[in-house]
Amino acid sequence: MPEFEKLHQAVLDGDQKAARSLTEAMLAEGVAPLDMITKAMVPAMDEVGRRFECEEYFVPELLLSARAMKASMELLRPLLTASGAQPAGRVVIGTVKGDLHDIGKNLVASMLEGGGFEVVDLGADVAPEKFIEAVKQSGAQIVALSALLTVTMPSMRTTIDALNQAGIRNQVKVMVGGAPVTSQFATEIGADGYSENASAAVQLARKLMAGSQA
Amino acid sequence: MSRLAGWVEHGPLITDGAWGTQLQAMGLAPGEVPDLWNLSHADHVAAVARAYVEAGSEIVLTNTFRANGITLKEAGRAGSLEEINRRGVEISRQAASGKARVVASIGPTGKMLLAGGITPEEARAAFAAQAKALAAAQPDALLCETFSELEEAEIALAAALETGLPVIVSFAFDTGKNKDRTMTGLTPEKAAAAIARAGADAVGANCGAGIEFFPALVERLKSACGLPVWIKANAGLPRMEGGRVVYDASPESFAARFADLAKAGASFIGGCCGTSPEFVAALLAQRDAWRNL
Repeated sequence: MPEFEKLHQAVLDGDQKAARSLTEAMLAEGVAPLDMITKAMVPAMDEVGRRFECEEYFVPELLLSARAMKASMELLRPLLTASGAQPAGRVVIGTVKGDLHDIGKNLVASMLEGGGFEVVDLGADVAPEKFIEAVKQSGAQIVALSALLTVTMPSMRTTIDALNQAGIRNQVKVMVGGAPVTSQFATEIGADGYSENASAAVQLARKLMAGSQA
Repeated sequence: MSRLAGWVEHGPLITDGAWGTQLQAMGLAPGEVPDLWNLSHADHVAAVARAYVEAGSEIVLTNTFRANGITLKEAGRAGSLEEINRRGVEISRQAASGKARVVASIGPTGKMLLAGGITPEEARAAFAAQAKALAAAQPDALLCETFSELEEAEIALAAALETGLPVIVSFAFDTGKNKDRTMTGLTPEKAAAAIARAGADAVGANCGAGIEFFPALVERLKSACGLPVWIKANAGLPRMEGGRVVYDASPESFAARFADLAKAGASFIGGCCGTSPEFVAALLAQRDAWRNL
């Protein structure tokens, strides 16, 4: 299947144009959208993650690959939705209240989309009530919280407490990340998971989804 | 030839420590842009600058790290850009009272060019406006600090050089197994070479992962360009303890690295997040001991 390999390579190379045109060509040939995702793009993004972990790839490469995957997914998603196929999961993501930094959060959102998740991005400086509202509206299974500043880390706890008070904490898994955040802190505030970087965030989200269905 | 060579011909100068964490200790709210305090709480900002000068800082920075057009617009204060930057320099200059030089701080915009967060033109305009406003208040030099993306640093440097002042460019190397790359994968060698070629007067590393990583960074920056090297390390990585943020390094353990840094070729030594006037005093003590060796 040379087309699958080409699509795989396009995502790995972060070649957005090639990813889109290959997807179009394969659709025209009648290749099933789900096959393109599972046989070409998800393995490619896993390889991107592996290269990131061993420092062959850095943030720029990660971003380009996620964009290539997104370009292809934009063509595939409507078809998937029409056929009733479900995304890998639905994630509500945002930088917590008081924190305007969004580089890391945007990167995680791109990687999650690249990993087949549907992402509701609430932006930066997001109040706990907005997270609650978005979870209720979207039916998300995961809430992802970001903070860059040490001083806004306590807002993560406030947000988790608010989810509790709203009675929806047990409907979602909460994952946290950002430069000053540690796994110890994640445990301390009652989050379900912590990831050190955007690539690991996708693995974590998959693990949390598997756990929530179990 | 660096215009700062004359500053450091007698050995390393001790700069200052953190501003953000000091202002937070005085009640700056989480997420509030510290630079706004140049107008609303000038007395507190002056107290931070004065504490560093009293501790012996030979260079003090300005509370203008985030006073660029893009961040101020997000905070709804774009109209105050000139005044915030001018007051920042004036406050530090007054606190220095002739005992310290004033180097005005310019931070990144917080948006990524390669992610399309801003365009090069927007970045150029944001840095040009800030550099011009700072230069009007006559600092001794400009410092572009905590940069990760080379392109953004180059844009900031070009804007800063336009003012005619000497310019230092400092990167945050905090990524990778050896914490020797910026978030975008940039190495010290590549950063230093590019910045020197573009006309910077000094190159540096700040923030980062902990002072133990800095001697190696200094050597690599130095050998890649020959410019004076500027460093400001964190007091270790922040930890949460009972809802409070704590940093692990003590002033003594931090300053104990002075000799390693000086030997590696650092010309400007100070602290970043989590450091305080006590760190500056400890660095000065170590420098005296080192000179008398």
